[in-house]
Amino acid sequence: MNSKNSKARLLQGNEACMLGALYAGVEFFGGYPITPSTEIAEGMAREMPKRGGKFIQMEDEIASMASIIGASNAGCKSMTATSGPGFSLMQENLGYAYMTETPCVVINVQRGGPSTGLPTKVGQSDTMQARWGTHGDYTSITVAPSSVEGCFYETVRAFNLAERFRTPVIVLLDEVMAHMREMMVVPEEGEIEVFKRHRPDVPREWYRHFEITPSLVSPMASFGQGYRYNVSGLTHDQDGFPTAKAKEIVEKLNKLRRKIERYSDEIIKLRTEKMEDAHIAVFSYGIVARTAFQAVKMARERRIKVGAIQPLTIWPFPDEQLREMFKNVRKVIVAELNMGQLVHEIRRIAPRHTEVIPLQRYDGNVMTPSEIFDKIREVVK
Amino acid sequence: MTANTLQSERIHHYLRPKKSFPNVWCAGCGNGIVMGALIRAIDHLGLDKDNVVVVSGIGCSSRMPVYLDFNTLHTTHGRALAFATGVKLAKPNLKVIVITGDGDALAIGGNHFIHACRRNIDITTILIDNKIYGMTGGQFAPTTPGGKIATTAPYGNYEKQFDPVQLAIGSGASYVARGTVYHVAPLERMIMGGIQKKGFALIDTISNCHTYYGRFNKEGDAVAMINDIRKQAVSIKAAATMSEDKLIGKFLTGVIHETDATEFCDEYQAMCERVIAKGGK
Repeated sequence: MNSKNSKARLLQGNEACMLGALYAGVEFFGGYPITPSTEIAEGMAREMPKRGGKFIQMEDEIASMASIIGASNAGCKSMTATSGPGFSLMQENLGYAYMTETPCVVINVQRGGPSTGLPTKVGQSDTMQARWGTHGDYTSITVAPSSVEGCFYETVRAFNLAERFRTPVIVLLDEVMAHMREMMVVPEEGEIEVFKRHRPDVPREWYRHFEITPSLVSPMASFGQGYRYNVSGLTHDQDGFPTAKAKEIVEKLNKLRRKIERYSDEIIKLRTEKMEDAHIAVFSYGIVARTAFQAVKMARERRIKVGAIQPLTIWPFPDEQLREMFKNVRKVIVAELNMGQLVHEIRRIAPRHTEVIPLQRYDGNVMTPSEIFDKIREVVK
Repeated sequence: MTANTLQSERIHHYLRPKKSFPNVWCAGCGNGIVMGALIRAIDHLGLDKDNVVVVSGIGCSSRMPVYLDFNTLHTTHGRALAFATGVKLAKPNLKVIVITGDGDALAIGGNHFIHACRRNIDITTILIDNKIYGMTGGQFAPTTPGGKIATTAPYGNYEKQFDPVQLAIGSGASYVARGTVYHVAPLERMIMGGIQKKGFALIDTISNCHTYYGRFNKEGDAVAMINDIRKQAVSIKAAATMSEDKLIGKFLTGVIHETDATEFCDEYQAMCERVIAKGGK
């Protein structure tokens, strides 16, 4: 980044994601046009050729996801960006990336669904798809910003987590945040840490592409480096060769889950507002969290003891952190732009003394502060 | 040493005997013949194993990379060319070879196939064409001839067929050849030609699935089927002198199409250099 970039700039969320990816050192972008994420691909098509990076518009989202996995195995930091219908098409190869422990970043700018749904309207109905979208057992890392600046920082964080844990990381945006413009200062190079995957330093014959190391994260060689490993979506042993042995199957699946669960403290990121003395909490993410913070401010002016909790990491879900926060919370309002997805997670972890109250909107519009404020007033009675 | 007479010890230089054998293929399957031809072609060209990437999809033929001591990527059904496109564009110095089957490349992977041809990206694709789905137990493929029996065409196949050669030519591939598992020496030469060609190369390789196709359609064992392939194959040179009547029931072999179209990664690189020279405008 040169110095002129460091000044405050008026950016939209999609642009901030793109700049975040460039800051994180993205080297390969493969994508397919889809509203409302297209500005990310357009920005990449403009910027990548100037920086020695690679941009390719693939024939569909299935191929986009495949191309970034191929590029990642060839050693490049890789990403794609899409929206609901494209995210559905990516699920097949997203599963391949989880299984083959291939780092990559997938930005999903959520719109209304199901199916083609509401291409130009806002929604949060892919929340569960980001966790359970592809078949089989695995664990997802999903992050979700709530501001233009957040789009930048969470995209950088997504790359760092992907490289650190050798796994795909999903960034959940929504249509409003993607197109909303705010001022932000792009940080100087070196201001935020940028992480690169661990490379093997062992002799070729010792290298195991899926080695179960004490840290559970295997170092990763690239094609062309001389290690000549096998990658397969079939359940495989530590060398990458297909296996049907019960012990090796369980080892592999446990590794996929544990390498993320063990580091959940490091991955989970929460933002809270006025939770210190709150008896009522509003739980929401993304664009809804913006609204919720405003509603909490309005309620506090009327001396209602309410706070807000926003997960910036949605998956893995912050079970322990929330249980701790709910100790003195009698009521939690779960505000979402869908028919109820994270509310089930909150119900799963909420203590007996905490009543869970859903607040949902799924008409393609954002939730207003007064809607949440009204709900707070209703439940406080 | 000629390409045809590679010693078995030398073959082992390119295999991963410890972990991946015995292989999954039926005795008499053409896949092993193609694997041998590929190894001899690579050996003859003197490629560095570290710089060869072999990518495949799903199916019997797509299990091949697992046995080969290169950088190997065994991917999802039909998607090998999309993965390979990512590898090649990311690191254009790598030699990327795709092993696929007729169902993998032409049904589920048909879209990726035509677009890889259209881009003319420097990938050599060996399509092992046995006219049936083997791994799932003998269902009809986009290449299964009319009237033939498959488990999902129990009363005879009534669908029309894809000709992968014409599909590749029409889509823009710069090297399109057809070989067979009987004519091994020409097959090796075609694979070498495809690897040396800068651009997308297809080697449609007619093979046998006696286990399903042959058994269902009473075409005999592996030897009988390969013998039939021999009889039906006509080289493109010989065909030029034959009447149309004589070519009924035959298929053409050899390098059927070759052009010098520009290659995708080269074009991308040239575009980047133009942009940088103009100061990023």
